[in-house]
Amino acid sequence: MPRKGLRLALAFLVLLSLPRLATSQEPYKIGAIFSITGPGSSLGIPERDTAQMLEAEINAKGGLPGPVRHPVKIIIYDDASDETKAVLAAKKLIEEDRVAAIVGTTLSGTSLAILGAVQTAQVPLVSCAAAIKIVEPAAERKWVFKTPQSDWLIIDVLVDYLKSKGLTKVGWLNVDYAFGELGWVEFEKAAPKAGIQVLDHEKFGQKDVDMTPQLTRVKAANPQGVVIWSIPPSASIATKNYRDLGIKAPLFHSHGVGNKAYINLAGPAANGVIFPVGKLLVAEQLPDSDPQKPVLLAYAKAFEGKYGPRNTFGGHAWDAVQLVFRAMERAGNNRAAIRDAIEGTRNFVGITGVFDFSPTDHNGLDRRAVTMVEIVDGQWRPAK
Amino acid sequence: MNLADQVLQYLLSGLVVGGIYALIGLGFVIVYSVTRVINFAQGEFAMLGALVMVTLTDRGIPMPVGFLLAALAGCGIGALLEGAAIHPIRRGSALTLLIITIGASIVIRGAALLVWGTDPLPLPAFTGGPPLQIGGAIIVRQGLWVLAVALAIFAGLWAFFTRTYAGKAVQACAIHPTASRLMGIRVDRMFLLAFTLAGGLGAVAGIVIAPITYATYDMGLMLGLKGFVAAVVGGLVSPPGAIVGGFLLGILESLTAGLVSSGYKDAVAFLILILICLAQVARLLPWRVVEEA
Repeated sequence: MPRKGLRLALAFLVLLSLPRLATSQEPYKIGAIFSITGPGSSLGIPERDTAQMLEAEINAKGGLPGPVRHPVKIIIYDDASDETKAVLAAKKLIEEDRVAAIVGTTLSGTSLAILGAVQTAQVPLVSCAAAIKIVEPAAERKWVFKTPQSDWLIIDVLVDYLKSKGLTKVGWLNVDYAFGELGWVEFEKAAPKAGIQVLDHEKFGQKDVDMTPQLTRVKAANPQGVVIWSIPPSASIATKNYRDLGIKAPLFHSHGVGNKAYINLAGPAANGVIFPVGKLLVAEQLPDSDPQKPVLLAYAKAFEGKYGPRNTFGGHAWDAVQLVFRAMERAGNNRAAIRDAIEGTRNFVGITGVFDFSPTDHNGLDRRAVTMVEIVDGQWRPAK
Repeated sequence: MNLADQVLQYLLSGLVVGGIYALIGLGFVIVYSVTRVINFAQGEFAMLGALVMVTLTDRGIPMPVGFLLAALAGCGIGALLEGAAIHPIRRGSALTLLIITIGASIVIRGAALLVWGTDPLPLPAFTGGPPLQIGGAIIVRQGLWVLAVALAIFAGLWAFFTRTYAGKAVQACAIHPTASRLMGIRVDRMFLLAFTLAGGLGAVAGIVIAPITYATYDMGLMLGLKGFVAAVVGGLVSPPGAIVGGFLLGILESLTAGLVSSGYKDAVAFLILILICLAQVARLLPWRVVEEA
């Protein structure tokens, strides 16, 4: 009997819709794009892990706080460290998934690639990539924010440290792609202002297997200190070569070596290396007066309990996701209101630093977000 | 450091890297002279050797045993490549076979990515200790191992090719396959033998360099290209030529990085390749680099 069938179907529909009425709300949708595969994967994987951890945490509490609790759904796509795939992912998130905001991407190149898409569609983007061009000039980057420290900030702290130790004649080596070149641009600007002279500037490739020739030239220049701006594995090889050549001057690195991979690869040669980086690595040794200490310890404990050793990249994602969460608590699901709420965020204690956003500053960090760390017996310690 | 010490340092660094290029170049020469295939998977043998060695030593297997097993694994992969991909279409055109080896290299690299991941893996040096001082320059102990292993392999190959029946049969196939077949040499077997030897050579190169450079799934591509340039210097059919080419390339790279700029280091290898090809077209070389159609 058709009528009976119809009634049954109706009954089913009612039954199916019951649970939805019972739980309060549709989840808010946030998009995320990370480099889970490709050359950026060592950064993108902890970022994805952190985003998923935060999603599970907030939903376990019933969702974002507010008059009505809203659960959150983070839709994560992999851009394979590729600009084109990042743009496709951004368009999919905006047009098909209709997310309220986007977190990511992992790399500066991919972030710059998706700027056009998010600005045109007027969707807030909180990037986990470092390049300052992503957010400056802020007036033109109305919808874009970023959480990692800019290069100039990190270089500033390093230059001050060198000066305070009286190391005014230094040698410099950098890897020959964007990360190393941008570091050099900032160092070249900041060093003379602090009275620091660069005796020798050398470059090497990320796939080079021996930096002895470059370091031989640095050694010949007889500097008081040497800075190497790169990431593992080339940073680790350069460190080993440096010790093998018997260069006695103290060795400095960039925040690019702030992961266990660097120490594992370089072995004992890493001991004594000093580098500027966010506070997460030395959270336990921070003074109790540091406002970030409890946040850092809680994140490190949660992350290490589930995924493995902490690293600063996951911290950038933590900041980005939490910023969006906080903005949504106040602004709901409205893209423009979320943007305004992020820009209005003051004194937000995150993993990378304490953020103070403003219409002219879409990074919101100052020198407190960088500290000098020394590797002692294969462990990170605050540098004296 | 004065200039003389610096140049000595560049020469020593160049010799170590050159030894690796020579080993990989020899693999190209052995395969090409017997089969007329340019095997672009040669660099991947080095990568596999290094990664297998890392895994074995991590499991607590003593290094000499791990060395032998990893080298044998390289031989096995070389033989497998020949049996599975080259043998079925051994009468195909040179271009088809070349493309197959490129495909094989991508497959091997992808498989290594799945097994070992993207992170570089460390391998301890064969013997510990501080680097040795030679004049005003230094050489790391593993660098001596690289040179010693390379020299031992050169000597072993020389003995194999000139003193054993199998070696002479391989050479005969390189000189004239048809005549060799008429003399009762199984040319098919020689194909397999050439790939097996090349696999082992590549693996050994990867094993001895890994303590200096670490082992990663994508280390084979550049090593393979540099080894190819070394082999081309000797006309792709001359083992001594590949050895000379390898050391020459390593030293030139190191001198360029030290005296000019490291940015031009890789360019040197490919500049040599272009110059040799141009010289051949202009008939300036006493030997042939590649057969002309």
